[in-house]
Amino acid sequence: MSMAAKKAARARRAARGQHLTRQGSIDKIATGIPGFDFVAGGGLPECRATLVAGTAGSAKTIFVSHFLTAGIQRFNEAGVFVTFEDSPVDIRRNMCAFGWDIERWERDNKWAFVDVSPETNGPTPIVGAFDLGGLLSRIEHAVRRTKARRVTLDSLNALFVQFPDRALIRSELFRITTALKQMGATVVFTAERTEDYGAITQFGIEEFVADNVVLLRNILVDERRRRTIEILKFRGASHERGEVPFTVMEHGLIVIPISAQQLTQESTTVRVTSGIPELDRMCNGGIFRDSIVLVSGATGTGKTLMSAQFLNGGVQKRERCLLFAFEESRDQLFRNAAAWGMDFEKAEQQGRLVVQNQYPHAMPMEDHLVRMRNLIETVAPTRVAVDSLSALERVFTLKSFREFVISLTSTLKKQQIAGLFTSTTPSLLGGGSITEKHISTLTDSIILLRYVESKGQMRRSINILKMRGSPHDTQLREYTIDGHGMHIGEPFRDVSGILSGLVHSLVVEDERDE
Amino acid sequence: MPRVISFVLYIAGDTVRSQRAIANLRRIGEERFAGRYKLSIIDVHADPASAERDRILTTPTLIKQAPGAARRVTGDLTDFNQVLLALSLASEGDA
Repeated sequence: MSMAAKKAARARRAARGQHLTRQGSIDKIATGIPGFDFVAGGGLPECRATLVAGTAGSAKTIFVSHFLTAGIQRFNEAGVFVTFEDSPVDIRRNMCAFGWDIERWERDNKWAFVDVSPETNGPTPIVGAFDLGGLLSRIEHAVRRTKARRVTLDSLNALFVQFPDRALIRSELFRITTALKQMGATVVFTAERTEDYGAITQFGIEEFVADNVVLLRNILVDERRRRTIEILKFRGASHERGEVPFTVMEHGLIVIPISAQQLTQESTTVRVTSGIPELDRMCNGGIFRDSIVLVSGATGTGKTLMSAQFLNGGVQKRERCLLFAFEESRDQLFRNAAAWGMDFEKAEQQGRLVVQNQYPHAMPMEDHLVRMRNLIETVAPTRVAVDSLSALERVFTLKSFREFVISLTSTLKKQQIAGLFTSTTPSLLGGGSITEKHISTLTDSIILLRYVESKGQMRRSINILKMRGSPHDTQLREYTIDGHGMHIGEPFRDVSGILSGLVHSLVVEDERDE
Repeated sequence: MPRVISFVLYIAGDTVRSQRAIANLRRIGEERFAGRYKLSIIDVHADPASAERDRILTTPTLIKQAPGAARRVTGDLTDFNQVLLALSLASEGDA
């Protein structure tokens, strides 16, 4: 494309408010695939060819379809889909599942197929020398007809299978992409890999034809599928490194850039109530508005109660609160809350409380995360409780779990939402959990609820293990639970070893009792 | 009564390869189907819509449209016998 044409295209985009990113001499166009442009430092290099490679089932066709769809829906840019494997009929039908009405876009001249899918009567016999002039001419025609700015070729394997002369196909692909780039199109082509970790492709296109390489993976980890996307190279432009999780949901792909998230959080000194006045006093006046509290305790210690009081504290202040409940049903929760003197039914009717029940096994980590983020965005709460994190820990891989917590906490912090997560310790006395071990550094405050066996009785203790940025009560205090919730009392003075679970009395005489 | 053979040859521009395919096809026509073949030549650059309709991937591509079922072969048609075999015309010829 000439400089003038490129300039005109930029001007058109600027007029639509679409942002183009410039890095050195490379301009990038936003793909419109959620999360991808962030990872890609703005999008795909404009008027370049990008290879998207992945194993079977790694969502290559969805990626390129989403690329074209977002072009149409968000930037009013037409696209051409050159299909070597699936027929246009199949693609139209498959992409309907994401609500993409390709047929309508075809009628509106926004989307054009160039159908090179296999013929029913088998491959054409070859006698003598040939090239892909027919294909090039058809693609160019489609691009001119629709004024397309995005062209995808899916997938190139079919070409290499049909024509054994790899060098010829490579040089023809080079000719095609060069021609398309000169027409001002950004090209994305796909190739299938045989392994998630190994050679990029078997055909050497990554070296000869592609300016950029993006890898899609669909890996089995601990019997669970995990999808990741990796930008392997952007010639002359910057991008995030390493694998980033993504998921395929009802509106297409969503890339979840986790490592890059917790950068720009401001912190506040505004305190809010924990919902328990005694606990607020222990915290030197309440918890910070943008802080994340982890409540750890064995079953029955009152974690759900603490999260209920935390929410109720917000409801009383006319805040809007959101609860993600992974263990108890809404009815159970509301009944329990009523037994502690809290009217959640009314809070819900007044729009101050939203309860989201979800069975943790129902979907992968990325889907949980995306749904939770969407709900947080819709509800716009000032408080969010998750009861319990451990329920999720059991169904995610450790890596996923950690990524989940990082991403959720940064989502909350960015919007200055107070968060309270509960975590169940596996043993009744003492103990810690995997959750604590792996996420304690990600939370601002940790509150321990522990059973104390003393003189033939089970008592309960509460302790603030840490509270970032604030002095706090460091004593282990006894608490009781009644019809008004949790009551925190005096420190335990007669026992030690509560946190290890090996409690022994400090009053020697008592030990002589038999 | 010998049947009329109908050929369509797709080429991409006026290149050496296109010229060679046209020359080879004319020679096959004259040698084997003298006086009873029709040939139309379509340049994909000039008529990409036809190329789309006939789903042309490679050039040159020769399509035999009649008689019988349509058959195609791609390349500059250097080997006459292979061309005839590919188009199911081996038994049609004069020689």
